[in-house]
Amino acid sequence: MSELTLTVMRLGFLAVLWLFVIVAVQVIRSDLFGTRVTQRAARRGADQNRPPAGAGRPAPDRGRQSGGRGGGRQRRGAPTKLVVSEGTLTGTTVALQGQTISLGRAHDSTIVLDDDYASSRHARIYPDRDGQWIVEDLGSTNGTYLDRTRLTTPTPIPLGAPIRIGKTVIELRK
Amino acid sequence: MSSTVNTGNTTTIGPMGAPSRRNTELALLVFAVLIPVFAYINVGLAKEGTVPAGVLGYTGGLGLLAGIAHVMVRKFAPYADPLMLPVATLLNGLGLVLIWRLDQEPTITTDALGGAMAPGQLMWSTLGVALFLGVLVFLKDHRVLQRYTYISMVVALILLILPMFFPARFGARIWITIPGVGSLQPGEFAKIIIAVFFAGYLMVKRDALALASRRFMGLYLPRGRDLGPILVIWALSLMILIFETDLGTSLLFFGLFVIMLYVATERTSWVVFGLTLSAAGAVTVATFASHVQSRVDNWLNPLSLAENGGVTETAQAMYTFGAGGILGSGLGQGYSRLIGGIAPKSDYILATVGEELGLTGLMAILVLYGLLIERGLRTALAARDPFGKLLAVGLAGAFALQVFVVAGGVTGLIPLTGMTMPFLAQGGSSVIANWALIAILLRISDTARRPAPAPAPSTDAEMTQVVRP
Repeated sequence: MSELTLTVMRLGFLAVLWLFVIVAVQVIRSDLFGTRVTQRAARRGADQNRPPAGAGRPAPDRGRQSGGRGGGRQRRGAPTKLVVSEGTLTGTTVALQGQTISLGRAHDSTIVLDDDYASSRHARIYPDRDGQWIVEDLGSTNGTYLDRTRLTTPTPIPLGAPIRIGKTVIELRK
Repeated sequence: MSSTVNTGNTTTIGPMGAPSRRNTELALLVFAVLIPVFAYINVGLAKEGTVPAGVLGYTGGLGLLAGIAHVMVRKFAPYADPLMLPVATLLNGLGLVLIWRLDQEPTITTDALGGAMAPGQLMWSTLGVALFLGVLVFLKDHRVLQRYTYISMVVALILLILPMFFPARFGARIWITIPGVGSLQPGEFAKIIIAVFFAGYLMVKRDALALASRRFMGLYLPRGRDLGPILVIWALSLMILIFETDLGTSLLFFGLFVIMLYVATERTSWVVFGLTLSAAGAVTVATFASHVQSRVDNWLNPLSLAENGGVTETAQAMYTFGAGGILGSGLGQGYSRLIGGIAPKSDYILATVGEELGLTGLMAILVLYGLLIERGLRTALAARDPFGKLLAVGLAGAFALQVFVVAGGVTGLIPLTGMTMPFLAQGGSSVIANWALIAILLRISDTARRPAPAPAPSTDAEMTQVVRP
């Protein structure tokens, strides 16, 4: 066998071996960073005319999400996303696209709160007809606070005002 | 499989979780079979100048083994980790090629040394895959093992003690000989069984071990009576060291216990205790046990002359690494036969890797081991039941310790011990036991990654109806 062939094979084998390692690491990577963002509204929004109240099913994961733009329906100055700024879910964001966001410990809430002070169906955040976002306490045990006042009625949310549920703080942001 | 169900106009985020990923596994498996075939052809071209005649048979054999394993995983553990089987197949295939390559050296393939070993190793690998399939088929749920906590303790003790009654080979009593069948190393199987015992035992006792403690100098010291188990295991591993003259097995068992104790209780003090105890034990034994002393001497002064006036094997292994350099001499073009005996096929197979594939290849092999261990630990993280978590940590930890002990010994980091490199080195018990270990890990990961059953659709989920007084 010529020296050249052997050298090519020697280096080729090392390259192939490392290629396997790299491919394997890629497989691990897709396992590690796997979150799926499903945007039904963006895909099917046009032909969906039912009231925007479908409750989101669980699951802010480790908080990786594309801040979905809500299309042309958003008013200027209207919030586009809901951000959890304190508590165990810090960093989670949910795009506001006209849907009702339910908050609580119940596993089917949009944001599942892992908070000792939260009730299972604690509060909900929804837009009224004008697109103003409203927070409503759903008869929770420990109450929902907007800034420092405990909510008794559905209340409009100013941009950036902290909504407190137990140790969790949620804000609406642009 | 996402845990989310969309009900209309929402954006949901869910862990992408694990779709079954069997196709990824298949692609990697094909790759993992082709690499050893490449190596095989490479050795043939380098040694004889022709493509070896057995290449089709070898490809077919390895491919068939991998294929059957894949089909069975698809059927019996569809959500299992996609990486473990390909990596294990690749390591086993490379091991076969390396052993076959060393068989081509007439000086170390004499009848006195047992002749060619690749055919035997192929048979053991087949048996190993068979056991792998057996575990996958018959172990439907790893939690069944929990029932056998104390039985497995007894079995592991018997397996560990048994070799004392058989004659020592190569300076260590770790073999048992069954007349007419051959010999096997029960320690390899004991490491799996004892991981089952530790997992079951620590799952029940961990609160007692973790919570009942006093704080002293920043460390949580366990109560005296809770020290019992660790002292018993320590004494046992010292006895292995003294009576079976095997540093590796002793280190493996004590290390495994400390790892699992730490994982179960989250107390750093156990690690400190473990390291102190093992250091004290090793130093004490080294003062009076001559075989340990000679190993330590070889490690400290590798370049001094061996008892027979020649070069020590430790030094020879270092020379092979030096000869290999960064890129290696090429498969089939090294001189690791000079180590002599069957050592290059078993304990020193990493030296062959280091010489012929160089630092680059050796690192790739070590990274592959690392990936396998990482997948084991990730399985532990993903597992939902505490027993499965501990068992996965234990098995991955045993594997990691074994790799560390062998690789550390060959590269001169720690004194050399008589253990085999999992999958790579010649040795039937090791290959069979490690395939079983991989099978149990796959079973745990299948349970861990299986998507939770979809919640029953409830009317509540559609619109929140609030009824207030």
